[in-house]
Amino acid sequence: MGEAGAFVNGAIAQSVSPDSPTLRLGPGSPLRMDSGAVLAPLTIAYQTYGALNAAKSNALLVCHALTGDQHVGNLHPVTGRPGWWETMVGPGRPFDTDRFFVICPNVLGGCMGSTGPASINPETGEPYGLDFPIVTIADMVRAQALLIDHLGIDMLFCVAGGSMGGMQVLQWAATYPDRLFAALPIATATRHSSQNIAFHEVGRQAVMADPDWRGGRYLVEGTRPTKGLAVARMAAHITYLSETALHRRFGRNLQDRSARTFSFDADFQVESYLRHQGTIFVERFDPNSYLYMTRAMDYFDLAADYGGSLANAFKDSRTRFCVVSFTSDWLFPTRDSRAIVRALNAGGASVSFVEIETDRGHDAFLLDVPDFVDTTRGFIDAAARARGIA
Amino acid sequence: MSLARTLAPPRVDLLRVAELVAPGSRVLDVGCGDGELLRLLVEQRNVDGRGIELSQQGVNDCVAKGLSVIQGDADADLVDYPNDAFDYVILSQTLQATRQPRVVLEHMLRIGGRAIVSVPNFGHWRVRTQIALLGRMPVTESLSHSWYDTPNIHFCTIADFIALAGEVGATIDKSAALDPQGRPLNPIWPKWAWNLLGEQAIFLLHRRR
Repeated sequence: MGEAGAFVNGAIAQSVSPDSPTLRLGPGSPLRMDSGAVLAPLTIAYQTYGALNAAKSNALLVCHALTGDQHVGNLHPVTGRPGWWETMVGPGRPFDTDRFFVICPNVLGGCMGSTGPASINPETGEPYGLDFPIVTIADMVRAQALLIDHLGIDMLFCVAGGSMGGMQVLQWAATYPDRLFAALPIATATRHSSQNIAFHEVGRQAVMADPDWRGGRYLVEGTRPTKGLAVARMAAHITYLSETALHRRFGRNLQDRSARTFSFDADFQVESYLRHQGTIFVERFDPNSYLYMTRAMDYFDLAADYGGSLANAFKDSRTRFCVVSFTSDWLFPTRDSRAIVRALNAGGASVSFVEIETDRGHDAFLLDVPDFVDTTRGFIDAAARARGIA
Repeated sequence: MSLARTLAPPRVDLLRVAELVAPGSRVLDVGCGDGELLRLLVEQRNVDGRGIELSQQGVNDCVAKGLSVIQGDADADLVDYPNDAFDYVILSQTLQATRQPRVVLEHMLRIGGRAIVSVPNFGHWRVRTQIALLGRMPVTESLSHSWYDTPNIHFCTIADFIALAGEVGATIDKSAALDPQGRPLNPIWPKWAWNLLGEQAIFLLHRRR
Protein backbone atom coordinates (compact mmCIF):
# COMPACT_ATOMS: atom_id res chain seq x y z
CA MET A 1 0.00 0.00 0.00
CA GLY A 2 3.04 2.27 -0.18
CA GLU A 3 2.56 5.54 1.65
CA ALA A 4 -0.84 4.44 2.87
CA GLY A 5 0.95 1.92 5.05
CA ALA A 6 1.74 4.77 7.38
CA PHE A 7 -1.96 5.40 7.80
CA VAL A 8 -2.69 4.56 11.43
CA ASN A 9 -6.41 4.11 11.53
CA GLY A 10 -8.34 1.29 13.12
CA ALA A 11 -10.93 1.18 10.40
CA ILE A 12 -8.38 0.99 7.63
CA ALA A 13 -6.50 -1.78 9.42
CA GLN A 14 -9.78 -3.66 9.87
CA SER A 15 -10.75 -3.18 6.24
CA VAL A 16 -7.59 -4.99 5.18
CA SER A 17 -7.32 -7.64 7.88
CA PRO A 18 -10.48 -7.78 9.99
CA ASP A 19 -10.82 -9.43 13.39
CA SER A 20 -13.61 -11.56 11.92
CA PRO A 21 -14.07 -14.68 9.82
CA THR A 22 -14.28 -13.87 6.13
CA LEU A 23 -15.81 -15.39 3.04
CA ARG A 24 -13.48 -14.79 0.10
CA LEU A 25 -14.78 -15.30 -3.41
CA GLY A 26 -12.32 -15.24 -6.27
CA PRO A 27 -12.56 -13.94 -9.82
CA GLY A 28 -14.53 -17.07 -10.75
CA SER A 29 -17.64 -15.94 -8.86
CA PRO A 30 -18.12 -12.22 -9.50
CA LEU A 31 -20.93 -10.16 -7.99
CA ARG A 32 -23.11 -8.43 -10.59
CA MET A 33 -24.13 -5.08 -9.19
CA ASP A 34 -27.12 -2.84 -9.94
CA SER A 35 -24.81 -0.25 -11.52
CA GLY A 36 -23.73 -2.82 -14.09
CA ALA A 37 -20.35 -3.22 -12.48
CA VAL A 38 -18.96 -6.69 -11.88
CA LEU A 39 -17.07 -7.02 -8.61
CA ALA A 40 -14.36 -9.60 -8.01
CA PRO A 41 -12.70 -10.67 -5.87
CA LEU A 42 -15.19 -10.25 -3.08
CA THR A 43 -14.67 -10.53 0.66
CA ILE A 44 -17.44 -10.60 3.25
CA ALA A 45 -16.41 -10.26 6.89
CA TYR A 46 -18.93 -11.52 9.41
CA GLN A 47 -19.48 -12.52 13.01
CA THR A 48 -21.58 -15.43 14.24
CA TYR A 49 -22.95 -16.20 17.70
CA GLY A 50 -24.52 -19.43 18.92
CA ALA A 51 -24.73 -22.65 16.92
CA LEU A 52 -26.58 -23.68 13.79
CA ASN A 53 -28.97 -26.52 14.64
CA ALA A 54 -29.07 -29.83 12.73
CA ALA A 55 -32.12 -28.76 10.72
CA LYS A 56 -30.35 -25.47 9.88
CA SER A 57 -33.58 -23.72 10.77
CA ASN A 58 -32.41 -21.35 13.52
CA ALA A 59 -30.24 -18.85 11.62
CA LEU A 60 -31.01 -15.22 12.38
CA LEU A 61 -29.40 -12.62 10.12
CA VAL A 62 -28.79 -9.18 11.61
CA CYS A 63 -28.29 -6.35 9.10
CA HIS A 64 -26.40 -3.36 10.40
CA ALA A 65 -27.15 0.32 9.91
CA LEU A 66 -25.20 3.05 8.10
CA THR A 67 -22.24 3.25 10.46
CA GLY A 68 -22.65 -0.14 12.12
CA ASP A 69 -20.63 -3.25 11.45
CA GLN A 70 -20.56 -6.98 12.09
CA HIS A 71 -19.62 -6.64 15.77
CA VAL A 72 -23.22 -6.74 16.96
CA GLY A 73 -22.64 -8.79 20.10
CA ASN A 74 -18.95 -8.63 21.03
CA LEU A 75 -16.44 -6.00 22.08
CA HIS A 76 -15.50 -3.82 19.15
CA PRO A 77 -11.92 -4.52 17.97
CA VAL A 78 -11.21 -0.82 17.36
CA THR A 79 -13.16 1.03 20.04
CA GLY A 80 -13.27 -1.68 22.71
CA ARG A 81 -16.92 -0.81 23.28
CA PRO A 82 -19.70 -3.43 23.73
CA GLY A 83 -21.49 -4.80 20.68
CA TRP A 84 -23.85 -2.27 19.11
CA TRP A 85 -27.01 -4.30 19.70
CA GLU A 86 -26.37 -5.99 23.01
CA THR A 87 -29.92 -5.19 24.12
CA MET A 88 -31.03 -7.66 21.43
CA VAL A 89 -28.23 -10.19 20.93
CA GLY A 90 -26.93 -12.54 23.60
CA PRO A 91 -27.96 -15.36 25.94
CA GLY A 92 -31.51 -14.75 27.15
CA ARG A 93 -31.90 -11.69 24.94
CA PRO A 94 -34.60 -11.53 22.24
CA PHE A 95 -32.09 -12.84 19.67
CA ASP A 96 -31.13 -15.54 22.12
CA THR A 97 -27.74 -16.92 21.18
CA ASP A 98 -28.52 -20.06 23.21
CA ARG A 99 -31.33 -20.79 20.72
CA PHE A 100 -30.45 -19.01 17.52
CA PHE A 101 -27.45 -18.93 15.23
CA VAL A 102 -26.98 -15.18 14.85
CA ILE A 103 -25.07 -14.01 11.77
CA CYS A 104 -24.00 -10.41 11.24
CA PRO A 105 -21.99 -9.53 8.12
CA ASN A 106 -20.27 -6.24 7.38
CA VAL A 107 -22.12 -4.81 4.37
CA LEU A 108 -20.64 -4.59 0.90
CA GLY A 109 -18.95 -1.20 0.66
CA GLY A 110 -18.29 -1.16 4.41
CA CYS A 111 -14.92 -0.68 6.06
CA MET A 112 -14.64 -3.48 8.60
CA GLY A 113 -13.41 -6.22 6.32
CA SER A 114 -16.01 -6.61 3.58
CA THR A 115 -14.96 -5.36 0.17
CA GLY A 116 -15.32 -1.59 -0.04
CA PRO A 117 -13.62 1.56 -1.25
CA ALA A 118 -10.65 1.01 1.10
CA SER A 119 -10.02 -2.46 -0.35
CA ILE A 120 -7.31 -3.01 -2.91
CA ASN A 121 -8.42 -2.70 -6.53
CA PRO A 122 -6.84 -5.71 -8.25
CA GLU A 123 -6.47 -3.71 -11.46
CA THR A 124 -4.31 -1.01 -9.90
CA GLY A 125 -2.93 -2.56 -6.75
CA GLU A 126 -4.08 0.55 -4.88
CA PRO A 127 -7.17 1.14 -2.74
CA TYR A 128 -10.29 1.58 -4.91
CA GLY A 129 -11.26 4.99 -3.58
CA LEU A 130 -13.92 6.41 -5.86
CA ASP A 131 -13.21 3.72 -8.46
CA PHE A 132 -15.24 1.41 -6.27
CA PRO A 133 -18.64 0.84 -7.94
CA ILE A 134 -21.69 2.47 -6.39
CA VAL A 135 -23.33 0.01 -4.02
CA THR A 136 -27.08 -0.40 -3.61
CA ILE A 137 -29.06 -2.00 -0.80
CA ALA A 138 -29.90 -4.82 -3.24
CA ASP A 139 -26.17 -5.33 -3.89
CA MET A 140 -25.55 -5.63 -0.15
CA VAL A 141 -28.31 -8.22 0.12
CA ARG A 142 -26.99 -10.21 -2.87
CA ALA A 143 -23.61 -10.37 -1.18
CA GLN A 144 -25.23 -11.49 2.07
CA ALA A 145 -27.10 -14.24 0.20
CA LEU A 146 -23.73 -15.54 -1.03
CA LEU A 147 -22.61 -15.75 2.59
CA ILE A 148 -25.80 -17.56 3.60
CA ASP A 149 -25.22 -20.02 0.71
CA HIS A 150 -21.66 -20.51 1.93
CA LEU A 151 -22.93 -21.29 5.44
CA GLY A 152 -25.20 -23.96 3.94
CA ILE A 153 -28.45 -22.30 4.97
CA ASP A 154 -31.44 -22.45 2.62
CA MET A 155 -33.92 -20.51 4.72
CA LEU A 156 -33.15 -17.99 7.41
CA PHE A 157 -35.34 -18.07 10.48
CA CYS A 158 -35.39 -14.29 10.60
CA VAL A 159 -33.75 -11.24 9.07
CA ALA A 160 -33.69 -8.24 11.40
CA GLY A 161 -32.32 -4.73 11.29
CA GLY A 162 -32.97 -1.06 11.93
CA SER A 163 -32.62 1.98 9.68
CA MET A 164 -30.36 0.97 6.75
CA GLY A 165 -30.47 -2.51 8.28
CA GLY A 166 -34.25 -2.38 7.96
CA MET A 167 -33.91 -1.47 4.30
CA GLN A 168 -31.86 -4.64 3.84
CA VAL A 169 -34.56 -6.63 5.66
CA LEU A 170 -37.20 -5.31 3.24
CA GLN A 171 -34.92 -6.02 0.28
CA TRP A 172 -34.39 -9.58 1.54
CA ALA A 173 -38.15 -10.08 1.78
CA ALA A 174 -38.66 -8.77 -1.74
CA THR A 175 -35.73 -10.50 -3.45
CA TYR A 176 -35.66 -13.82 -1.60
CA PRO A 177 -39.21 -14.32 -0.25
CA ASP A 178 -38.66 -18.07 0.15
CA ARG A 179 -35.43 -17.67 2.09
CA LEU A 180 -36.72 -15.98 5.23
CA PHE A 181 -39.37 -17.25 7.63
CA ALA A 182 -39.71 -13.98 9.53
CA ALA A 183 -38.69 -10.37 8.97
CA LEU A 184 -38.18 -7.60 11.51
CA PRO A 185 -37.72 -4.22 9.81
CA ILE A 186 -37.28 -1.49 12.41
CA ALA A 187 -37.33 2.32 12.14
CA THR A 188 -36.98 2.13 8.39
CA ALA A 189 -38.64 2.91 5.06
CA THR A 190 -39.03 1.48 1.60
CA ARG A 191 -37.46 4.61 0.20
CA HIS A 192 -35.26 7.39 1.42
CA SER A 193 -37.11 10.68 1.74
CA SER A 194 -36.03 13.91 0.11
CA GLN A 195 -35.14 15.30 3.54
CA ASN A 196 -32.98 12.29 4.31
CA ILE A 197 -31.18 12.53 0.98
CA ALA A 198 -30.60 16.20 1.79
CA PHE A 199 -28.99 15.40 5.14
CA HIS A 200 -26.79 12.79 3.50
CA GLU A 201 -25.69 15.25 0.86
CA VAL A 202 -24.61 17.68 3.58
CA GLY A 203 -22.51 14.90 5.10
CA ARG A 204 -20.93 13.94 1.80
CA GLN A 205 -20.12 17.53 0.94
CA ALA A 206 -18.46 17.92 4.34
CA VAL A 207 -16.24 14.92 3.61
CA MET A 208 -15.41 16.05 0.09
CA ALA A 209 -14.73 19.65 1.18
CA ASP A 210 -11.93 18.42 3.46
CA PRO A 211 -8.66 19.24 1.62
CA ASP A 212 -7.23 15.98 2.91
CA TRP A 213 -9.89 14.01 1.08
CA ARG A 214 -7.85 14.41 -2.14
CA GLY A 215 -10.61 13.38 -4.52
CA GLY A 216 -11.04 10.17 -2.55
CA ARG A 217 -7.35 9.24 -2.93
CA TYR A 218 -6.35 9.98 0.67
CA LEU A 219 -5.23 6.40 1.31
CA VAL A 220 -2.82 6.56 -1.61
CA GLU A 221 -1.65 10.06 -0.76
CA GLY A 222 -1.33 9.33 2.96
CA THR A 223 -3.67 12.02 4.26
CA ARG A 224 -6.59 11.76 6.68
CA PRO A 225 -9.81 13.64 5.87
CA THR A 226 -11.02 13.33 9.44
CA LYS A 227 -12.37 16.87 9.86
CA GLY A 228 -14.90 16.52 7.08
CA LEU A 229 -16.05 13.12 8.25
CA ALA A 230 -16.36 14.38 11.83
CA VAL A 231 -18.60 17.25 10.68
CA ALA A 232 -20.68 14.79 8.65
CA ARG A 233 -21.07 12.63 11.73
CA MET A 234 -22.00 15.59 13.92
CA ALA A 235 -24.74 16.70 11.56
CA ALA A 236 -26.04 13.17 11.12
CA HIS A 237 -25.99 12.49 14.84
CA ILE A 238 -28.50 15.28 15.43
CA THR A 239 -30.93 13.51 13.11
CA TYR A 240 -30.70 10.33 15.18
CA LEU A 241 -31.95 12.09 18.31
CA SER A 242 -35.12 13.94 19.16
CA GLU A 243 -35.30 17.53 20.28
CA THR A 244 -36.78 16.34 23.57
CA ALA A 245 -33.94 13.89 24.16
CA LEU A 246 -31.29 16.48 23.35
CA HIS A 247 -32.90 19.02 25.65
CA ARG A 248 -33.31 16.55 28.48
CA ARG A 249 -29.71 15.45 28.25
CA PHE A 250 -27.96 18.77 27.67
CA GLY A 251 -30.41 21.62 27.88
CA ARG A 252 -28.36 24.83 27.64
CA ASN A 253 -25.86 23.52 30.17
CA LEU A 254 -22.30 24.77 29.90
CA GLN A 255 -19.37 22.40 29.53
CA ASP A 256 -16.87 22.49 32.44
CA ARG A 257 -17.26 26.23 32.91
CA SER A 258 -19.50 28.52 34.86
CA ALA A 259 -19.96 31.24 32.27
CA ARG A 260 -19.86 31.85 28.55
CA THR A 261 -16.34 32.43 27.24
CA PHE A 262 -17.32 34.83 24.44
CA SER A 263 -15.49 32.63 21.98
CA PHE A 264 -16.19 29.71 19.66
CA ASP A 265 -15.03 27.13 22.15
CA ALA A 266 -17.44 24.34 22.94
CA ASP A 267 -19.17 26.32 25.68
CA PHE A 268 -22.29 24.20 25.60
CA GLN A 269 -22.41 20.58 26.59
CA VAL A 270 -24.24 19.72 23.41
CA GLU A 271 -21.37 21.12 21.35
CA SER A 272 -18.83 19.19 23.32
CA TYR A 273 -20.92 16.04 22.94
CA LEU A 274 -21.20 16.40 19.18
CA ARG A 275 -17.48 17.11 18.79
CA HIS A 276 -16.80 13.98 20.81
CA GLN A 277 -19.14 11.95 18.58
CA GLY A 278 -17.29 13.24 15.53
CA THR A 279 -13.86 12.49 17.00
CA ILE A 280 -14.55 8.91 18.03
CA PHE A 281 -16.33 8.16 14.76
CA VAL A 282 -13.39 8.99 12.51
CA GLU A 283 -11.23 6.54 14.44
CA ARG A 284 -13.35 3.63 13.29
CA PHE A 285 -14.83 4.66 9.97
CA ASP A 286 -13.52 5.18 6.47
CA PRO A 287 -14.62 8.49 4.87
CA ASN A 288 -15.15 7.00 1.41
CA SER A 289 -17.17 4.19 2.91
CA TYR A 290 -19.39 6.85 4.46
CA LEU A 291 -20.01 8.29 0.99
CA TYR A 292 -20.93 4.88 -0.41
CA MET A 293 -23.20 3.90 2.51
CA THR A 294 -25.16 7.14 2.40
CA ARG A 295 -25.52 6.81 -1.38
CA ALA A 296 -26.87 3.28 -1.05
CA MET A 297 -29.59 4.54 1.28
CA ASP A 298 -30.40 7.48 -0.99
CA TYR A 299 -30.86 5.20 -3.99
CA PHE A 300 -33.14 2.82 -2.12
CA ASP A 301 -36.68 2.85 -3.52
CA LEU A 302 -38.17 -0.59 -3.36
CA ALA A 303 -41.42 0.28 -5.13
CA ALA A 304 -39.54 1.68 -8.14
CA ASP A 305 -37.95 -1.75 -8.63
CA TYR A 306 -41.40 -3.35 -8.72
CA GLY A 307 -43.27 -1.30 -11.29
CA GLY A 308 -44.00 1.53 -8.87
CA SER A 309 -46.11 -0.68 -6.63
CA LEU A 310 -44.82 -1.57 -3.21
CA ALA A 311 -47.51 -4.24 -2.90
CA ASN A 312 -45.93 -6.06 -5.86
CA ALA A 313 -42.64 -6.23 -3.97
CA PHE A 314 -44.31 -8.31 -1.27
CA LYS A 315 -46.95 -10.09 -3.34
CA ASP A 316 -47.85 -13.55 -2.02
CA SER A 317 -45.09 -13.33 0.58
CA ARG A 318 -45.38 -16.06 3.20
CA THR A 319 -42.88 -14.38 5.49
CA ARG A 320 -44.28 -13.15 8.79
CA PHE A 321 -43.38 -9.52 9.36
CA CYS A 322 -43.17 -7.36 12.45
CA VAL A 323 -42.72 -3.68 11.59
CA VAL A 324 -41.63 -1.33 14.38
CA SER A 325 -41.44 2.45 14.52
CA PHE A 326 -40.79 4.98 17.27
CA THR A 327 -42.98 7.99 18.05
CA SER A 328 -40.11 10.50 18.24
CA ASP A 329 -38.20 9.23 15.17
CA TRP A 330 -38.38 12.08 12.67
CA LEU A 331 -35.74 10.59 10.36
CA PHE A 332 -37.82 7.48 9.63
CA PRO A 333 -41.21 8.55 10.95
CA THR A 334 -44.09 6.21 11.67
CA ARG A 335 -45.80 7.08 8.39
CA ASP A 336 -42.92 5.37 6.56
CA SER A 337 -43.55 2.21 8.56
CA ARG A 338 -47.27 2.46 7.91
CA ALA A 339 -46.54 2.56 4.19
CA ILE A 340 -44.68 -0.73 4.58
CA VAL A 341 -47.60 -2.18 6.52
CA ARG A 342 -50.11 -1.01 3.91
CA ALA A 343 -48.11 -2.64 1.14
CA LEU A 344 -47.76 -5.88 3.06
CA ASN A 345 -51.47 -5.94 3.79
CA ALA A 346 -52.29 -5.22 0.17
CA GLY A 347 -50.06 -8.12 -0.79
CA GLY A 348 -51.85 -10.33 1.72
CA ALA A 349 -48.76 -10.84 3.87
CA SER A 350 -48.83 -11.64 7.56
CA VAL A 351 -47.81 -8.44 9.29
CA SER A 352 -47.74 -6.99 12.77
CA PHE A 353 -46.98 -3.35 13.45
CA VAL A 354 -46.11 -1.51 16.65
CA GLU A 355 -45.32 2.14 17.19
CA ILE A 356 -43.22 2.34 20.34
CA GLU A 357 -43.80 5.38 22.54
CA THR A 358 -40.41 6.93 23.31
CA ASP A 359 -38.74 10.34 23.14
CA ARG A 360 -35.32 8.94 22.20
CA GLY A 361 -35.61 9.48 18.45
CA HIS A 362 -34.32 7.31 15.63
CA ASP A 363 -31.55 5.84 17.78
CA ALA A 364 -34.18 4.27 20.07
CA PHE A 365 -33.76 1.00 18.19
CA LEU A 366 -30.20 0.74 19.49
CA LEU A 367 -31.13 1.58 23.07
CA ASP A 368 -32.67 -0.31 25.94
CA VAL A 369 -36.31 0.65 25.40
CA PRO A 370 -38.28 -1.97 27.37
CA ASP A 371 -41.47 -1.89 25.26
CA PHE A 372 -39.39 -2.38 22.13
CA VAL A 373 -37.41 -5.26 23.61
CA ASP A 374 -40.68 -6.88 24.78
CA THR A 375 -42.29 -6.56 21.36
CA THR A 376 -39.26 -8.07 19.68
CA ARG A 377 -39.06 -10.91 22.16
CA GLY A 378 -42.75 -11.72 21.73
CA PHE A 379 -42.51 -11.72 17.96
CA ILE A 380 -39.33 -13.80 17.82
CA ASP A 381 -40.56 -16.34 20.38
CA ALA A 382 -43.90 -16.80 18.61
CA ALA A 383 -42.16 -17.14 15.24
CA ALA A 384 -39.71 -19.67 16.71
CA ARG A 385 -42.65 -21.75 17.98
CA ALA A 386 -44.19 -21.64 14.51
CA ARG A 387 -40.86 -22.63 12.98
CA GLY A 388 -40.44 -25.50 15.46
CA ILE A 389 -37.25 -24.12 17.03
CA ALA A 390 -36.68 -25.42 20.56
CA MET B 1 -70.92 -25.05 23.53
CA SER B 2 -67.86 -27.04 22.64
CA LEU B 3 -65.85 -23.82 22.38
CA ALA B 4 -66.83 -22.74 25.86
CA ARG B 5 -65.59 -25.94 27.42
CA THR B 6 -62.14 -25.92 25.87
CA LEU B 7 -61.08 -22.37 26.67
CA ALA B 8 -60.68 -20.99 30.13
CA PRO B 9 -62.70 -17.78 30.56
CA PRO B 10 -63.94 -16.64 27.14
CA ARG B 11 -66.24 -13.66 27.08
CA VAL B 12 -69.67 -14.95 26.19
CA ASP B 13 -70.21 -12.38 23.47
CA LEU B 14 -66.89 -13.40 21.86
CA LEU B 15 -68.10 -16.99 21.75
CA ARG B 16 -71.28 -15.84 20.03
CA VAL B 17 -69.15 -13.99 17.49
CA ALA B 18 -66.86 -16.98 17.00
CA GLU B 19 -69.82 -19.21 16.22
CA LEU B 20 -70.61 -17.08 13.19
CA VAL B 21 -67.19 -17.65 11.58
CA ALA B 22 -66.74 -20.54 9.15
CA PRO B 23 -63.66 -22.70 9.82
CA GLY B 24 -60.57 -22.04 7.71
CA SER B 25 -61.64 -18.55 6.67
CA ARG B 26 -59.69 -15.28 6.57
CA VAL B 27 -60.63 -12.97 9.43
CA LEU B 28 -59.80 -9.36 10.33
CA ASP B 29 -60.65 -8.44 13.91
CA VAL B 30 -60.87 -4.67 14.27
CA GLY B 31 -60.17 -3.56 17.82
CA CYS B 32 -58.88 -6.98 18.78
CA GLY B 33 -57.67 -6.03 22.28
CA ASP B 34 -55.31 -8.62 23.69
CA GLY B 35 -56.22 -11.05 20.92
CA GLU B 36 -58.60 -13.28 22.90
CA LEU B 37 -61.09 -13.67 20.06
CA LEU B 38 -58.42 -14.01 17.38
CA ARG B 39 -56.65 -16.72 19.31
CA LEU B 40 -59.96 -18.50 19.85
CA LEU B 41 -60.60 -18.37 16.12
CA VAL B 42 -57.09 -19.43 15.15
CA GLU B 43 -56.96 -22.34 17.57
CA GLN B 44 -60.54 -23.57 17.37
CA ARG B 45 -61.57 -22.64 13.85
CA ASN B 46 -58.23 -22.68 12.07
CA VAL B 47 -58.73 -19.23 10.60
CA ASP B 48 -56.06 -17.02 9.03
CA GLY B 49 -56.51 -14.22 11.54
CA ARG B 50 -55.33 -10.60 11.50
CA GLY B 51 -56.07 -7.78 13.88
CA ILE B 52 -56.04 -4.03 14.39
CA GLU B 53 -55.61 -2.68 17.90
CA LEU B 54 -55.08 0.83 19.24
CA SER B 55 -53.17 0.13 22.47
CA GLN B 56 -49.48 -0.73 22.44
CA GLN B 57 -50.01 -3.19 25.28
CA GLY B 58 -52.76 -4.93 23.33
CA VAL B 59 -50.59 -5.19 20.23
CA ASN B 60 -47.65 -6.52 22.25
CA ASP B 61 -49.90 -9.15 23.87
CA CYS B 62 -51.14 -10.21 20.44
CA VAL B 63 -47.68 -10.33 18.85
CA ALA B 64 -46.43 -12.45 21.76
CA LYS B 65 -49.28 -14.87 21.02
CA GLY B 66 -48.03 -15.16 17.45
CA LEU B 67 -50.95 -13.17 16.07
CA SER B 68 -50.52 -10.68 13.23
CA VAL B 69 -51.79 -7.41 14.59
CA ILE B 70 -51.12 -3.84 13.57
CA GLN B 71 -51.36 -0.81 15.77
CA GLY B 72 -54.10 1.44 14.47
CA ASP B 73 -57.80 2.17 14.59
CA ALA B 74 -60.90 1.55 12.55
CA ASP B 75 -61.36 5.15 11.46
CA ALA B 76 -57.84 5.64 10.12
CA ASP B 77 -56.66 2.28 8.91
CA LEU B 78 -59.48 0.32 7.27
CA VAL B 79 -59.19 2.52 4.20
CA ASP B 80 -55.81 0.94 3.45
CA TYR B 81 -57.11 -2.59 3.04
CA PRO B 82 -57.94 -3.87 -0.43
CA ASN B 83 -61.41 -5.05 -1.44
CA ASP B 84 -62.43 -8.58 -0.45
CA ALA B 85 -59.19 -9.20 1.43
CA PHE B 86 -61.03 -11.17 4.12
CA ASP B 87 -63.97 -13.52 4.49
CA TYR B 88 -65.02 -11.83 7.73
CA VAL B 89 -64.31 -8.45 9.24
CA ILE B 90 -65.23 -8.33 12.92
CA LEU B 91 -65.95 -5.24 14.99
CA SER B 92 -66.81 -6.18 18.54
CA GLN B 93 -68.29 -3.53 20.84
CA THR B 94 -66.35 -0.79 19.07
CA LEU B 95 -68.61 0.80 16.43
CA GLN B 96 -70.01 3.27 18.96
CA ALA B 97 -66.45 4.48 19.71
CA THR B 98 -65.56 5.30 16.10
CA ARG B 99 -65.66 8.81 14.70
CA GLN B 100 -67.49 7.75 11.54
CA PRO B 101 -69.49 4.58 12.20
CA ARG B 102 -71.15 4.58 8.81
CA VAL B 103 -67.83 4.89 6.94
CA VAL B 104 -66.33 2.20 9.13
CA LEU B 105 -69.22 -0.16 8.42
CA GLU B 106 -68.95 0.50 4.68
CA HIS B 107 -65.22 -0.28 4.73
CA MET B 108 -65.91 -3.49 6.63
CA LEU B 109 -68.42 -4.58 4.00
CA ARG B 110 -65.94 -3.66 1.25
CA ILE B 111 -62.95 -5.44 2.78
CA GLY B 112 -64.80 -8.55 3.89
CA GLY B 113 -67.32 -10.84 2.27
CA ARG B 114 -69.14 -10.72 5.61
CA ALA B 115 -69.08 -8.27 8.48
CA ILE B 116 -69.76 -9.23 12.07
CA VAL B 117 -70.70 -6.32 14.29
CA SER B 118 -71.68 -6.34 17.94
CA VAL B 119 -73.07 -3.16 19.47
CA PRO B 120 -74.23 -2.20 22.95
CA ASN B 121 -77.93 -1.32 22.82
CA PHE B 122 -78.71 2.24 23.86
CA GLY B 123 -82.39 1.34 23.60
CA HIS B 124 -82.27 -1.05 26.54
CA TRP B 125 -84.98 -0.29 29.09
CA ARG B 126 -82.48 0.58 31.84
CA VAL B 127 -80.94 3.23 29.60
CA ARG B 128 -84.33 4.53 28.62
CA THR B 129 -85.54 4.78 32.20
CA GLN B 130 -82.44 6.64 33.36
CA ILE B 131 -82.97 9.30 30.76
CA ALA B 132 -86.76 9.34 31.06
CA LEU B 133 -87.10 9.28 34.83
CA LEU B 134 -83.85 10.76 36.15
CA GLY B 135 -83.15 13.07 33.24
CA ARG B 136 -79.49 12.04 33.33
CA MET B 137 -77.23 10.40 30.78
CA PRO B 138 -77.23 6.71 31.60
CA VAL B 139 -74.45 4.96 33.45
CA THR B 140 -75.00 1.22 33.63
CA GLU B 141 -72.86 -1.83 34.28
CA SER B 142 -72.06 -2.28 30.60
CA LEU B 143 -71.98 1.46 29.81
CA SER B 144 -69.93 2.46 32.80
CA HIS B 145 -68.55 5.84 31.67
CA SER B 146 -69.93 9.26 32.47
CA TRP B 147 -70.94 11.37 29.50
CA TYR B 148 -67.85 13.58 29.72
CA ASP B 149 -65.24 10.83 29.70
CA THR B 150 -66.87 8.13 27.60
CA PRO B 151 -65.00 6.80 24.57
CA ASN B 152 -68.43 5.89 23.20
CA ILE B 153 -69.29 8.90 21.09
CA HIS B 154 -71.80 7.38 18.67
CA PHE B 155 -74.31 5.31 20.57
CA CYS B 156 -77.06 3.54 18.74
CA THR B 157 -79.95 1.25 19.50
CA ILE B 158 -80.58 -2.12 17.90
CA ALA B 159 -83.22 -0.45 15.74
CA ASP B 160 -80.77 2.28 14.73
CA PHE B 161 -78.17 -0.25 13.63
CA ILE B 162 -80.71 -2.18 11.57
CA ALA B 163 -81.64 1.09 9.88
CA LEU B 164 -77.96 1.91 9.17
CA ALA B 165 -77.45 -1.53 7.66
CA GLY B 166 -80.34 -0.78 5.29
CA GLU B 167 -78.91 2.63 4.41
CA VAL B 168 -75.51 1.23 3.41
CA GLY B 169 -77.13 -1.50 1.33
CA ALA B 170 -76.26 -4.38 3.63
CA THR B 171 -78.29 -7.51 4.17
CA ILE B 172 -78.46 -8.88 7.72
CA ASP B 173 -77.96 -12.63 7.44
CA LYS B 174 -78.11 -13.41 11.13
CA SER B 175 -78.72 -11.42 14.26
CA ALA B 176 -79.08 -12.05 17.95
CA ALA B 177 -79.82 -9.87 20.95
CA LEU B 178 -78.16 -10.90 24.19
CA ASP B 179 -79.33 -10.37 27.75
CA PRO B 180 -76.89 -9.10 30.42
CA GLN B 181 -75.67 -12.69 30.96
CA GLY B 182 -74.87 -13.04 27.27
CA ARG B 183 -77.79 -15.40 26.61
CA PRO B 184 -79.63 -14.87 23.33
CA LEU B 185 -83.14 -13.50 23.58
CA ASN B 186 -85.88 -15.51 21.92
CA PRO B 187 -85.32 -14.98 18.20
CA ILE B 188 -89.01 -14.99 17.40
CA TRP B 189 -89.64 -11.95 19.58
CA PRO B 190 -90.32 -8.82 17.57
CA LYS B 191 -87.40 -6.43 17.08
CA TRP B 192 -88.99 -3.80 19.35
CA ALA B 193 -88.76 -6.32 22.17
CA TRP B 194 -85.05 -6.92 21.39
CA ASN B 195 -84.57 -3.18 21.36
CA LEU B 196 -86.10 -2.95 24.83
CA LEU B 197 -84.61 -6.04 26.48
CA GLY B 198 -81.34 -6.73 24.66
CA GLU B 199 -78.22 -5.39 26.31
CA GLN B 200 -76.25 -5.90 23.14
CA ALA B 201 -76.80 -7.34 19.69
CA ILE B 202 -74.66 -9.20 17.19
CA PHE B 203 -75.15 -8.96 13.45
CA LEU B 204 -73.77 -10.93 10.55
CA LEU B 205 -74.12 -8.89 7.38
CA HIS B 206 -72.98 -8.69 3.80
CA ARG B 207 -73.39 -6.09 1.14
CA ARG B 208 -75.53 -6.86 -1.88
CA ARG B 209 -73.30 -6.66 -4.95
